[in-house]
Amino acid sequence: MYWEQKKECLPRPQLEQLQLERLKNTLRRVGTTVPFYRNTFSKLKVDAGKVKSLDDLRRLPFTTKQDLRENYPYGLFAIPLRDVVRIHSSSGTTGMATVVGYSRKDIVNWSNLVARILCGAGVTADDMIQIAFGYGLFTGGFGLHYGAERLGASVIPISAGNTKRQIQIMQDFKTTALVCTPSYALKMADVMMDMGINPNGLSLRFGLFGAEPWSEAMRIEINERLGIRATDNYGLSEIMGPGVAGECQECNGLHVNEDHFLIEILDPETLEPVKPGEVGELIITTLTKEAFPVIRYRTRDLTRLLPEPCPCGRTFVRMHRMMGRSDDMLIIKGVNVFPTQIEGILFDIEGTEPHYRLIVERENNEDKLTVMVEVVESIFFDAMKKQRAFMDMIKKRMASELGIGVDVKLVEERTLERFDGKGDRVIDKREL
Amino acid sequence: MRVEQIAVFLENKSGRLAEITAILADNDINIRALSVADTADFGILRLIVNDVEKAKSILQDGGFTVGKTDVLAVEVVDKTGGLAKVLKCLHSAGINVEYMYAFVNKSGENAVLIFRFEKMDEAIEVLSKDGFTLLSGEQICAL
Ligand SMILES: [Zn+2]
Repeated sequence: MYWEQKKECLPRPQLEQLQLERLKNTLRRVGTTVPFYRNTFSKLKVDAGKVKSLDDLRRLPFTTKQDLRENYPYGLFAIPLRDVVRIHSSSGTTGMATVVGYSRKDIVNWSNLVARILCGAGVTADDMIQIAFGYGLFTGGFGLHYGAERLGASVIPISAGNTKRQIQIMQDFKTTALVCTPSYALKMADVMMDMGINPNGLSLRFGLFGAEPWSEAMRIEINERLGIRATDNYGLSEIMGPGVAGECQECNGLHVNEDHFLIEILDPETLEPVKPGEVGELIITTLTKEAFPVIRYRTRDLTRLLPEPCPCGRTFVRMHRMMGRSDDMLIIKGVNVFPTQIEGILFDIEGTEPHYRLIVERENNEDKLTVMVEVVESIFFDAMKKQRAFMDMIKKRMASELGIGVDVKLVEERTLERFDGKGDRVIDKREL
Repeated sequence: MRVEQIAVFLENKSGRLAEITAILADNDINIRALSVADTADFGILRLIVNDVEKAKSILQDGGFTVGKTDVLAVEVVDKTGGLAKVLKCLHSAGINVEYMYAFVNKSGENAVLIFRFEKMDEAIEVLSKDGFTLLSGEQICAL
């Protein structure tokens, strides 16, 4: 199902031509109307008018979260405030908020792009969508709301919180599609159990989840417990909010709305492009935003591109669900290692959410990575030979997928502390 | 004639084995036979007990990783010569032993050899055909 088949299936050469035109247009605008870009362009001797190909993007400066903060509140707006029809803001933890604005046309585009994501996930005008994202300065609630209305679906703008009431309404109003964070979906499944409500008795069919990192294991659990098909969607308020990318019904990677966003995957250390399919930091340049265009925004989110064409027919490139934050990246023996890669390998082997910890040490001037793995029953063998063969198999897979040798240490169940944040699973003992 | 055995994963931390035997004793579970295979990093404890299900669940509650496997128990009269005869029989049938351990019954007359094979069914056939005595779980506990 396509919302705009022609655009979503545009042949790559035409798409790239369109991207180049829109990029030039955006650069011309920010270079004249936004002092921050005017200054950095002139400092780096970038002539926006001389951009001839998409590769020229690499000569352009980056925009960071810090740049957004330093230009609080309206410093990066590219149109007069009187033409701004909406403001959103992402709350910083220490009052370091960032502010973004939308023109009337931005809102139209935004609604349309979210409608694409919903449609791609299988939602239609016949659906009843319950939006359990917060409404307010956060872009999630309003972003999905406008997109769902654009699609013609019926919207229940319930907002976040009050789980029992969410479930009551889901039952009474016959909700068919749920929009929230993946962890909240699991919480709903728990509360349904407490309330004695069988999810299979509800009308729920779709779940569109985003706004936080999750895993394939979580998707499987959500699908099984709620009896739905869960899809992932991605966005961030600095760029637009939801609508940047979303999964089609193949449920295998998120199509990026490339006619509106130009993406790069870069090595977070060198800021050079990674090889196709390798993990790196996602960098986004907006191509059509009027009020708040952003050039080469460093999202700090890690992902990799899935270069193979998608069976759904869309030509927009797919990216893997977010694999962590570039701040969590470890450099071991000069190789970039992401804790989520290791988690992925263990998940593959164990079939369930693995409990692990990574220890990084330096012995005789050489880095050493030890992966501590809790031995659960599915990976415990009564014969020593088999247990050892299993350990060797983990080592081999890690070595081939990470590109460095690792040590594996098996530990008893429930001996590693449970962490919520991925970063806490790493103990770096190197004194550099 | 299979016997159920439980296996417990052990990190090489001192006192873990004592903890396990204490948990089992507190719950009135008798250990009939026990063996530990270990490496520098971890060990695998194998136990034949009188109540397999109860032992498994209380050890799991105690935070241990516990598995359950089938093994064979062969009773022989004379410990040394007996073992050699059993191994010879298995070897000539081309059956590999994954691991084995032994214990002597209370009277001290007979020894019981506990075996784990890849090919359990073939082993049962070969051993029975050669006239060896295979014990059931109940028989072991009654010894
Ligand atoms: Zn697709």
